[in-house]
Amino acid sequence: MIRVLLAKPGIDGHDVGVKIVARALRDAGMEVIYTGLRTTIPDVARTAIQEDVDAIGISNLSAQNVTMMSQLQELLIELGGDDILLVTGGSLLPEDIRALNDMGIEGVFPPGTANEDFITFIRQHVRTREGTEA
Amino acid sequence: MARERAAADEPQAQGTEAQPVFSTQSGVPIQERYGPEALQGWDPARQLGEAGSFPYTRGPYPTMYRSRLWTHRQVVGLGTAQETNERNKYVIEHGQTGLSNDYDVPTLIGLDSDDERARGEVGRSGVAIDTLRDMYDVFDGIDLENISVSMTINHPAFILVAQYIAAAQQRGFRLDRLAGTVQNDPLKDFYAQKTYRFSPRPSVRLAADLIEHCAQHMPRWNGISLNGYNIREAGSTADQELAFTFAHAIAYIEELLGRGLPIDSFVSRFSFIFNVHNDFLEEIAKLRAARRMWARLLTERFGARPESVKLRMHVQTGGSTMTYQQPEVNLIRGALQSMAGALGGVQSMAVSCFDEAYSIPSQRAQRLSLRTQQVVGFESGVTKVVDPFAGSYYVESLTDETERRADEWLARVDEQGGAIAAVENGWFERVISDTAHRQHLEVASGERVIVGVNSFEESEESEIETFRVGPGSEAAQLERLKEVRATRDDREVQRLLDVVQETAAAGKNLMPAVIDAVSAYATQGEITDRVLAVDGEYVAPAIY
Repeated sequence: MIRVLLAKPGIDGHDVGVKIVARALRDAGMEVIYTGLRTTIPDVARTAIQEDVDAIGISNLSAQNVTMMSQLQELLIELGGDDILLVTGGSLLPEDIRALNDMGIEGVFPPGTANEDFITFIRQHVRTREGTEA
Repeated sequence: MARERAAADEPQAQGTEAQPVFSTQSGVPIQERYGPEALQGWDPARQLGEAGSFPYTRGPYPTMYRSRLWTHRQVVGLGTAQETNERNKYVIEHGQTGLSNDYDVPTLIGLDSDDERARGEVGRSGVAIDTLRDMYDVFDGIDLENISVSMTINHPAFILVAQYIAAAQQRGFRLDRLAGTVQNDPLKDFYAQKTYRFSPRPSVRLAADLIEHCAQHMPRWNGISLNGYNIREAGSTADQELAFTFAHAIAYIEELLGRGLPIDSFVSRFSFIFNVHNDFLEEIAKLRAARRMWARLLTERFGARPESVKLRMHVQTGGSTMTYQQPEVNLIRGALQSMAGALGGVQSMAVSCFDEAYSIPSQRAQRLSLRTQQVVGFESGVTKVVDPFAGSYYVESLTDETERRADEWLARVDEQGGAIAAVENGWFERVISDTAHRQHLEVASGERVIVGVNSFEESEESEIETFRVGPGSEAAQLERLKEVRATRDDREVQRLLDVVQETAAAGKNLMPAVIDAVSAYATQGEITDRVLAVDGEYVAPAIY
């Protein structure tokens, strides 16, 4: 079963989106761990390693996705979790989406994304990374 | 998905199948047509009355917009105090008739800009306010006795209003002439906006301190604006929005009554902010139902006098209805929602900006939102008659049904033991989360059409000009705060903070002590910490 850690680091409280994503992933048969509000990127990275997740989803509505994802990437390399799939969503400016793609993060989901889009993305990429027919 | 394709590709095929489900957005079933039988037993004298008279269904004032249009109050708030001051002056120049300021997330939760946790968030989605100096500069050069000011702040509301009072007094304004509104509705933060800090019960006490202070010293100031808006944004239905907002109001009223204040000494200064969502007629019905329900509630439950029970409201059009896809279409949503607000008889309005799904608004988007409400207000003609939908078979039925459903939800909150208990036991959070999920599934399945999102999509997205607060803004704010900390009398600040903490521990009204502390340039983070030292910080369970 695919294990996904969902997190909303920082102090912004708009969590409607992340909670809807949590339910959608659970309904799609994945195991979801949601950290709740006001967590930090280092906490997210540590939890991801401890819980041995396949993917991490970061929700942010303060246009800080680029900063947060790059910090997360660095920490995961340090902790040996750089095989974990990273995805992010929230209020994203077009230039942020381009910057994230340039960092190698392809799973970038702005508001209004259909559930099946991120579900399919996570399924396919986790499968590719594991090289199995999960 | 097949159905949307058909609708998009073959418009002639829509016919009777255009909308598969005949119910309002909040789930009220809709019959094919409504006639006199829909209003059997409906008593115009009891249900409707006259505008300006109990139960105020038709509006709080007899002549409504014929005498005075609603206040145009677009939200402003970005970066530093000076940047917000410039934007405040810009919107006044373009015909705005009231100010409304939003604060950044650190300010919303009582953190100073130099707090570790605030990094990257300073001035990002609202203005950063640390000390009296910031509050002074936000309104510098603006005539506060002749423009009303709305402040979107909740948990630290008592601190920001204390700063506002101190800044206004420094400039020589008289407190009894200041008109405005502070949101000061902390309960909704626990399950909607999530900018909580204090625990539920202490937060209600702090809100009541501020309401009490305003009632005694600032007769033109609304010490609370109960916030249904965020409840709706978090995913509620229209009837839940009303019920939960009124449930909060009951909690604050009970706290104030417990202090020995008579109901009529404060309740007429209770103000409201509601959402205007996509379902045009349901929203009109909701706003009309809100006034009637409030009037009945205050009269029946608290024995308030008829002149104290007029519900006056600000509305903002639904920010969460602004789509990321085809953003220019949001201008049309804003216009329709603004029209619903006007037909619903509101006293103040903000139209969400078309770039809202991307960022805080650009100056251009802000101007277009202001122009939208000006077109509705000055060109559409709907303002020339009081409550145009009065007597409409459908709208009156829907007004009744919305009120009935809201009453049911309110009874369920009562069963929980009231709003504070319903926050503490997670009931509100679960109800909202379930409703949001259900509504999302309707969009996902195509049962509810959202133009550009699940129907009528375009492969080529048009990019719009978006606005982002520059990184220099955070640095500038940190520099300002450093200067204030270096130049103030620290011993005096500490002494006054001790008084704040002692007053909090003694359970007395905090406002006088907080006004003294902010006047000596104590920061809002320092004051928040002193109150938390007494009451402890709230840690929410993750319910999803």
